[in-house]
Amino acid sequence: MLLISCPYCGPRDEHEFAYGHEAHIARPTLEQQQTMSDAEWADYLFMRKNPKGVHFERWVHSRGCRQWFNVARHTVTHEIVKVYKMGEPAPKLEQK
Amino acid sequence: MSAQKNRVATGGRIDRSKPVRFSFDGKTYYGYQGDNLASALLANGVTLVGRSFKYHRPRGIVTAGPEEPNALVEIGTGAYREPNTRAPQVELYDGLVTQSQNRWPSLDFDIGAVNSVMSRFIPSGFYYKTFKWPKDGWLFYEKFIRRAAGLGTGSTETDPDRYDKVYGHCDVMVVGGGPAGLAAALAAGRAGARVVLADEQSELGGSLLSERDRTIDGKPVNEWVEAAKAELAGMPEVRVLTRTTAFAYLDANMLSLVERLTDHIGPTATGPRQRLWRIRAKEVILATGAIERPLVYSDNDRPGCMLASAARIYVNRYGTTPGQRVVIMTNNDTAYQTALDLTAAGVSVAAVVDLRANPTGGLPQAARAKGIEIIDNSAITQVKGNKQVREVEVQSLTSDATGVVGSARHIYCDTVLSSGGWQPTVHLHSQTRAKVVWDDGIQAFIPGPIMPGQNNRSISSARGVFGLDAALKEGHQAGAEAAAKFGFSNVTGNAPSAEAEPESQPLRSVWIVPSNVPVGQGGKHFVDYQNDVTAGDVKLAHREGYLSVEHLKRYTTMGMATDQGKTSNVNALAIMAGLKNVSIPEVGTTTFRPPYTPVTFGVFAGPDKGDYLDPIRKTALHSWHTDHGAPFECVGQWHRAWYYPKSGESMHDAVNREVKATRDSVGIFDASTLGKIDIQGPDAAWFLNMVYTNAWTKLEPGKCRYGFMCGEDGMVFDDGVTSRISENHFHMTTTTGGAPRVLSWLEEWHQCEWPDKQVYFTSVTEQWAVIALNGPNARKVLEKVVEGIDISEEAFPFMTWRDCKVAGVKTRIFRISFTGALSFELNIPPSYALQVWRALMDAGEEFNITPYGTEAMHVLRAEKGFVIVGQETDGTMTPQDLGFEWIIGKAKPDFIGRRSHLRSDTKRTDRKHLVGLLTENPTEVLPEGAQVVEHVKDKPPMTMIGHVTSSYWSPNAGRSIAMAVIKDGRNRMGQTVYLPYEGKVVAAKISKPTFLEDGAPANG
Repeated sequence: MLLISCPYCGPRDEHEFAYGHEAHIARPTLEQQQTMSDAEWADYLFMRKNPKGVHFERWVHSRGCRQWFNVARHTVTHEIVKVYKMGEPAPKLEQK
Repeated sequence: MSAQKNRVATGGRIDRSKPVRFSFDGKTYYGYQGDNLASALLANGVTLVGRSFKYHRPRGIVTAGPEEPNALVEIGTGAYREPNTRAPQVELYDGLVTQSQNRWPSLDFDIGAVNSVMSRFIPSGFYYKTFKWPKDGWLFYEKFIRRAAGLGTGSTETDPDRYDKVYGHCDVMVVGGGPAGLAAALAAGRAGARVVLADEQSELGGSLLSERDRTIDGKPVNEWVEAAKAELAGMPEVRVLTRTTAFAYLDANMLSLVERLTDHIGPTATGPRQRLWRIRAKEVILATGAIERPLVYSDNDRPGCMLASAARIYVNRYGTTPGQRVVIMTNNDTAYQTALDLTAAGVSVAAVVDLRANPTGGLPQAARAKGIEIIDNSAITQVKGNKQVREVEVQSLTSDATGVVGSARHIYCDTVLSSGGWQPTVHLHSQTRAKVVWDDGIQAFIPGPIMPGQNNRSISSARGVFGLDAALKEGHQAGAEAAAKFGFSNVTGNAPSAEAEPESQPLRSVWIVPSNVPVGQGGKHFVDYQNDVTAGDVKLAHREGYLSVEHLKRYTTMGMATDQGKTSNVNALAIMAGLKNVSIPEVGTTTFRPPYTPVTFGVFAGPDKGDYLDPIRKTALHSWHTDHGAPFECVGQWHRAWYYPKSGESMHDAVNREVKATRDSVGIFDASTLGKIDIQGPDAAWFLNMVYTNAWTKLEPGKCRYGFMCGEDGMVFDDGVTSRISENHFHMTTTTGGAPRVLSWLEEWHQCEWPDKQVYFTSVTEQWAVIALNGPNARKVLEKVVEGIDISEEAFPFMTWRDCKVAGVKTRIFRISFTGALSFELNIPPSYALQVWRALMDAGEEFNITPYGTEAMHVLRAEKGFVIVGQETDGTMTPQDLGFEWIIGKAKPDFIGRRSHLRSDTKRTDRKHLVGLLTENPTEVLPEGAQVVEHVKDKPPMTMIGHVTSSYWSPNAGRSIAMAVIKDGRNRMGQTVYLPYEGKVVAAKISKPTFLEDGAPANG
C-alpha cells in the first residue's frame, strides 16, 4: 500500500487514489493530427513506456478531492520520488 | 480426570488449579489454563496427531510455534469449524473440540498409509509424469488425487463470526514482544514516541517465557517482563497488541496485522472474533526472533521427533515434557540448554549426540557436569518405531560427515530432539522485497540492505545476533534511535542488561545426516514435513534438471502450504547447493510473501459482507415499486423496478402487457437512475464540442441534443441527451451505469489536457428524480396536471425542454424519448417525486396508464432500434459502425476520437455493423450472445461473422426481434444467416435495426 502525498490534501493511503496512466503524453494538435500517419497516431494512442526505474505517471485522488496530479514512482522499489501538480514539468532526476 | 502423564511436577506458566477440558478425535482430555493444544496433547502423552500430506505417515508435534509443519488440526464444529490450525498456536479453552486431518477411517488406522509403502513409486513429479496423458486426463484424475492428498476441510456454512477492521498510525512499530522488542518499545515509549508493540503470543515476553533461571538487571526474567508490561501499560502513547500477528509488510511501512480477539475463548465469546489492523508506521523495528532448523536425518518424522528448542519451551513454559526418555542430536551448543532444562525438570536425557567432535563450549561443559552423556562426532542413523519413537541407532561420522563408520549403538528412547542451527525470522524484511544475504558464521540467511522508502531495521536474533544481553542492548538502542528520528530524543533509563552468554563454539553444517544406507534407499530423510519432501526428492529434482530454487520448489512442492517452509527452506537449499557443488547463496532463496501465517478470509472481508458489501442505491420512487410488487434489477449499485406483475402474471405476461399498453396508450417509467451532470462555465459549449462527436456551439438554450462520446480510440464510450439550460449552462445525461465514468472522464480531460478552460462539472444524478411518460396519450395525461406552459406539439416540440409545475411541484420537462413514442421526461426534486408520480397515475387512470419496468423499457427501445451502450457496443464499435454516420460533426475541427475515425481500419466499410435480425420462425426468440454464421458446418469451428446483442419478443411487432453486430452487415440486407446454438440451427434474415415501420409515430 503506497502512501501518496496528494498535492492538495497531503499524505493519504493508496486506496483513496486511482491510477491513470503514463504522464506527459501531449495530445497532438489538430494540425499535427492532420499530418500524422496512422502509425504515429497509434503510437500516441497505445504505446506506453514500461521502465524498470522511475516512471512518470498520473493519479487522481478519486476518493478525496478528485484532483489529478503527477507522480514520479520507481517501478521496482515503489518509492515515490516526487509528487507534482498537473502542468508542472517532469522533475529531472539524479542518477541513482 | 485422566492423568497427564507427561506433565512435570512443578513450574511453567500454566495454572494447575484450573483444569481445562477439551477433546481430540472424540476423546476427552484435560489440560490447564495457559496451555495450548500442543502442550496439552503432549502432557496427555498424545504424540500421534496427524497423517502426512502424501504418504499418510504418522506424525507428531515438531515445534512450539507458528512454524509447525505437522500438527495441523481442525478446531470447532459446524459453522465454526476451521481447518489447518497449528496446534501450538491454538490456546486451550474449556470445551474446545479438535480433530486430526488427512486420515481415514481414523488417525490410528489410516488406509491412505498404503502410500507410504508405495512411496518408492510416487516420488516428486510422479503425478505430473503419470497423469499427463491423455491430454485432458488431468481433469479426470485430479479430483481423486486431491482427495487422497490433502489438508483439512473448511466449513461450507456461512461464517457466523464477526470481524473488524481498523487503521493505525505510529512513530515506531515494534514487531515481536521478546526481550529485544520489549526493550525497544520501552526506550521509544519513554522518549514519548507513539509506539505500537505487536506480538503473536497470548502474553509478552517471547523467549523469556521459556527461560528457567536467567536474570535481567539482577531480577528474574519474569519479574522484568511484568515490570516492562506495567510500564508500557502506563504510557498513553504506547499501544500493546498481543495475540496479534504482523503477517504482511506492505509498501511505505504499512503493516497488516491480525488481532485474535476471541479465538482463545471460543464460540461462546461476544464481540468480533478477529480484527484486521493496517498500521502505517514511520519506522518499523523487526524483533521477530529466529526459528530453529531441524536436522535432516533418517526417519526424522517419527512421532516423538521434535526441535530441541520446542522441547525447552514445552518443559519450561508449559510444564510438560514431550517424552520420558530423550535423545538429542545437535550441530551447535544451544541444544545443550534443552538437555539441562529437561534434566532439571526430572526428565531423563539418555544422550546428546553431537555432530561435532569434542564440544567444549560452556553449555556442553555444564551438561557434562550434570552427568549427561555426550556422544560426539556421531549421528543418529536410524529412528525406529512407527507411531512413536522407540529406539535410535547412533554411529560415528566419517571425517567429511558424508557417512558413518563403526558399530551402531542402540539407545532406547521415546523422543528425539534435534537442532540444526537457527534461521533468523527474515520474513517481514523479505516481504518488503529487500534481499537476504547468507552469513557463513551462523550458516543462515540474514537481512540485507533495506528497501528504499521502507524505514525498518531488524534487530537481535532477527538479524542473526544471538544472546539475551545483545537482544536487550540492541532493542534499547533501536527504540531510542527510532524515536529520536521523529523528535523524541529524551530517552530516560539505560539499556537493560543480562549476564554474559556462556562461551560457545561454531556449529557444524551437516545438511544431510548420513545413515548406514545411501539417501533415498531405505529410511526417509524428510526436509519438508508438511509436503512430504525428502532429501531423496531434492536429489531427484537435481537429477532431472530442476536446479533453480524456483523450479525445485514447484517440482517438489517444497516450502509450500501453510508453513511456507519455515523449517525446511534452508535445509533444502543447502542440500541442492551440495548436489550442485556450489555455495548456498548461489542456489538463491525464495522470496517470502505475505501472509507470514495463514489468515482467515473473514478478517479481510470484515463487516463488508451481505448488504454491506456494496452500497445500494434506491430511487425516490422505490417504495411505490415495492408496494406494487415489482422485483428489482441491479444496474450497478442501483436497484431498478424490473416489471410490475399483476396477480397470476408471469414475467413474460407482465412485460408484454406493459410494452403493449405503452405503445397503444400511455406508460409511466421511473428513469431516475439516468446519470445527470450539470455543466457550467463560459467554455462549457467548447468542452462539449471536444467530448461529443457532434457540434454543440449552435444549440440554442431550451433545446436538447443526442450525442455520442468516444474514446480517443474512436470507439463509443457513452451516449445521452444534453440540453442547453442557458448560454453557459448545460444539463448532460449519461447511461445509468456510465455516470461516474463519464464524470471522471470529463474531469480528467479538463484537469489534464485543457486546464485553462473555464468549465465545472457536478453530478446531479440524485438531485433529480425522473419520471418518463411515454405513449400516444402521454400529452393527454400530462395536460391534466401541468401548470404554466402550453405542451402542444407546436409550443413544446420534440428535443426541447421547459420549466413548469406539475401537480403543484416545480418540474423541468424534457421532450426526449427512449421509446420512440411521444414522450415527456419529468425532472422533479426527489422529495416530491412520489407526489407527482401519484398525480400522474390518477390523471392517467382513464387512459389505462401502465407503469413499466426496465425489461419493458428494453423491449420498447429495441422496437425502435435504439442502442444501449455496453449492450450493442463493447468498446470496439464506432458511431459509424452503429449506423450513426450523421452524428459525426464533419465541420468540427477536433473532438476526442476524431483522428481515430480516419484510421484505415475504422474507415473500412466492411466492419461489424449494427443490424436487425428477423428469425424465419417469428416465435423463435434468439438468445443474446448467440453467434452468427454464414455457412453452417456439422460441428464447430465455424466462421463467425457476428453475434446477437439484444433480443426480445415484441408484442407490438407480433414477432421476435433482435439486434446484432455482423461483419459488413449493412451490405447484407435481406441475406439469410444462421445461428447454431443449443443443438439446433436457427435461420434469420438481416434487416434494418428497427422493427415498427408503420403505426407508431417516430420520436413522438
